[in-house]
Amino acid sequence: MKNIKILGPGCTRCRDTEMNVKKALENLGIEASVTKIVDYPEIMAYDIMSTPALVIDEVVKVSGRIPTVDEIKTFLS
Amino acid sequence: MFEWTQLFADWLIYGLIGIEEGTRLGNALNFFVYDVIKIMILLFLISMLMGVVNAWFPVERVRDFISSRKLYGMQYLLAAIFGAVTPFCSCSSVPLFIGFVKGGIPLGVTFAFLITSPLVNEVAIAVFLGVFGLKLTIIYATTGILLGTLGGYVLEKLKLDHLLTDWVQSLQRNSSATSDFEPGEQSLWQRMPEISREAVSILKAVGLYVLIGIGIGAGIHGYVPEGFFEPYIGPENMLAVPMAVILAVPLYANAAGIVPVIQVFVAKGIPIGTAIAFMMATIGLSIPEAALLKKVMSMKLILIFFGVVSVFIIISGLFFNLVL
Repeated sequence: MKNIKILGPGCTRCRDTEMNVKKALENLGIEASVTKIVDYPEIMAYDIMSTPALVIDEVVKVSGRIPTVDEIKTFLS
Repeated sequence: MFEWTQLFADWLIYGLIGIEEGTRLGNALNFFVYDVIKIMILLFLISMLMGVVNAWFPVERVRDFISSRKLYGMQYLLAAIFGAVTPFCSCSSVPLFIGFVKGGIPLGVTFAFLITSPLVNEVAIAVFLGVFGLKLTIIYATTGILLGTLGGYVLEKLKLDHLLTDWVQSLQRNSSATSDFEPGEQSLWQRMPEISREAVSILKAVGLYVLIGIGIGAGIHGYVPEGFFEPYIGPENMLAVPMAVILAVPLYANAAGIVPVIQVFVAKGIPIGTAIAFMMATIGLSIPEAALLKKVMSMKLILIFFGVVSVFIIISGLFFNLVL
């Protein structure tokens, strides 16, 4: 099972990212563990400089923008 | 570029809807339609432009550029310019701050970026351009950048690093100038759909504020007589600028909402320097921003930071009242 983390303090852009992740998972019909990381020290451990960021299996895939559903699907498949 | 917008507004209000030209209601509605269209177009164009700049020169690269070169004092100015051209999102200011500190960039240079970033952003520039025209927009942007440069320099000289929160200080001690940033494999052209999507999302996010701001502005424009405020806050009233700044800091409004309102106040007799100072303080300093920064700085540091920036804004306002 893929391990997905959404990094961000909880702004609208982070919520949009989360929504897209859920849609992508639904479209692909797979299950994954989705965690939201809102704590700054934890977010910054990934060495990113802008949020929202998407981390899949501990690899930063996107930072500073909202990934599209299609993009997330390619990351997951 | 925008003559057709005026023609359209005239046609819509005076022709199609049939409100008589020269009436208060007609003036207000015409002004509203004209400004909304113009500002929305400018907002989209400027957001696209900033998106392109950002795709080509992301913050990670900015950090590497500043931390890896000897810049002989120019780093403050550079950081401020980068702050201006980087799209601003308040939810990103903490990660940015930490990213800079971790990269070994001095606190003052980080502040230069942090001061200019909200002050001169894509929304502020677009609305300013639409409302006040090119000359004042250049003055505003240049002042914002110089303010960041000088503010950053002064804050560095005050040696405030011990006022950062503990976990940030420990990051600072373990800072490394190396970076594992890898440029994206996509070309700028491939990223255009994503950039335009971001521009549209900025438009959606601030569209409502533009409507409200211009709506209030249009109302005052149509119903308050020219020069109405002049007797109360004219240019000779030295206290007006500091008062405006003190009032503006706790006021939380984004550039999209506040600038169109202030333009009308200027038309009704508020001096331009006072107006610029008020807008800068509203846009550049806000309580939600301070609340976010609380994660990385002590209250004392936030107060010093806001204080220094406020003083510079007041000086700029007084200066513009003299020369403009």
